[in-house]
Amino acid sequence: MAESPKMAIHIRLQQQKPIPLSVELECKEGELLALVGPSGSGKTTVLFAIAGLHKAEKGIVRCRGELWQESEKRQFLPAHQRHVGMVFQNYALFPHMTVLDNIRQALSDSPKSEQIIEAQALLKKVHLEGLENRYPKALSGGQQQRVAVARALARKPKVLLLDEPFSAVDQVTRRKLYRELRTLRQSLNIPMILVTHDLEEATLLADRIALLHKGEILQTGTPEFVASHPKTATVARLMDQQNLFTAKVIEHDKETQKTHLRWRGIALEAFYQPQLLLNQRACWMIQPSDILLHRRDKPTKGDQENPFQGKVVEQFESRGLANLLVEIDPELKINIAINVPLHVARRNRLAIGENIGISLLREGIHLMPYQKLRRDVL
Amino acid sequence: MDWQALTLSIKLSLAALLFLLPIGIIFGRWLAYRQFFGKSLLQTLLTLPLVLPPTVLGYYMLVTFSPTSGLGAWLSSTFDTSLVFNFQGLLLASIIFNLPFAIQPMQRAFAAIPREIRDAAACCGMKPSRVFWKIELPLAWPGVVSAMVLSFAHTLGEFGIVLMVGGNIPGETQTIAISIYDRVQAFDEQSASIMSLSLLLFSILTISFTFWLSMRSEQKYG
Repeated sequence: MAESPKMAIHIRLQQQKPIPLSVELECKEGELLALVGPSGSGKTTVLFAIAGLHKAEKGIVRCRGELWQESEKRQFLPAHQRHVGMVFQNYALFPHMTVLDNIRQALSDSPKSEQIIEAQALLKKVHLEGLENRYPKALSGGQQQRVAVARALARKPKVLLLDEPFSAVDQVTRRKLYRELRTLRQSLNIPMILVTHDLEEATLLADRIALLHKGEILQTGTPEFVASHPKTATVARLMDQQNLFTAKVIEHDKETQKTHLRWRGIALEAFYQPQLLLNQRACWMIQPSDILLHRRDKPTKGDQENPFQGKVVEQFESRGLANLLVEIDPELKINIAINVPLHVARRNRLAIGENIGISLLREGIHLMPYQKLRRDVL
Repeated sequence: MDWQALTLSIKLSLAALLFLLPIGIIFGRWLAYRQFFGKSLLQTLLTLPLVLPPTVLGYYMLVTFSPTSGLGAWLSSTFDTSLVFNFQGLLLASIIFNLPFAIQPMQRAFAAIPREIRDAAACCGMKPSRVFWKIELPLAWPGVVSAMVLSFAHTLGEFGIVLMVGGNIPGETQTIAISIYDRVQAFDEQSASIMSLSLLLFSILTISFTFWLSMRSEQKYG
């Protein structure tokens, strides 16, 4: 990847130990990039390498024109010489210092008289006025996180690094902190890198995500794009796509802009994706939101697009959506996950055991190169 | 009460602390944070005085530093000094014998500081020396104080190694523990009893203090 001049931070890391890592990342001013991946994929190691807390065997870290690491030149700036703001997973507040003193530690470049004023201004920014003299132990999880953010900002960082900062708080506090981070972002014009294993969190907060797996970046892009257009089945699986299958590519019809597939002996139409070889196997996926529920009372034209009949075998409600698992092949136990608004589910009297009709929308069927899946049914 | 012996014991304990404090902090921190070849061997050697009978350690010191041995003769000819049967020898023996009491609690105290806290300090722009003084040492302080109190009490009551290396020279090497032994030998049970009781009370106070310190630190910072 050629280094783009627009990018505020450019990272290229390679190492074999302690965990294999081969990543290249960039982040713009004011952009929030989420490093997403399962545990042990190397997310935190990348973040620590940016902060100067970990020295990768080979690599370049360049931030806003400053060279922080270049292994070929044997250059490595230690953490205390890089202006990074870091929010740790468990906040890492200094337990023997008050809230004010915690923040002041990151302000040692300022004259002492200004430190208190600056620290108090930061506390106001994170809505913690009046708690200056409390010790971290006497704060709630959410308050501790805010102190950690204020301390990170006190460093006047060139990059803000967030290491799973929401993992130690309850769901309600987390939602509140998400809103606060979004507000805070508007006043910060620095690159921000968030490490999380929570896809929903990444989708809510990030401009772009970088999906990390076994020390390699598999794909970067907006959360919506990576979720709907994964490059590989592995990406789809890591993005928690449930409707992931294999099929055979039968025909690419440029005129009608369709690609025809054969799946379990049934013809399936997808949007035109000629990059896949004819008569070869391919993986395909469809997001639950791209599956149409047939209305019992009023069939529509869309019902004719890749129609299937099936039985609801699982149903649960979450945040205004009814999540259904529809068994379309009882013999092979092939299930398709769909979600519909709750009012639609109620109007159609959806319940476990009910037979329903669904359509897999052509535009939602995304094809990927073949790789063996757990349930490999052509 | 043998005040001369008590004064000598306190002087010896304080002098040993003067050396053990920096040694304990340096080695304790080093062992807590660094991985290196031979670490296990070093830790074994540093723990050895904990299980070795004091007389055995005293015997080896006596043999090593006796004027007839190579090292003892060299010390005598080069520096005109000896490390047996005098206060300096006693001090060296006390330092060696107390190494595990000084290093281990400090090592545990430094190791108990989460890595994230030290990393956070670095990300705040704090230089390693500042991280040590402002973060590590204050957080490890209860462990450091415990180590010092234990070493002090231990030196005060040590018998075997003191007798082997220092002998029993009143005013020079006769500590309170040896004085108790001496009094018992001389059937002066009253003096022996007062001195023993004093040492017993002091030991109880010492241990209570270290427990209190550790509890207070736990309550304060969680």
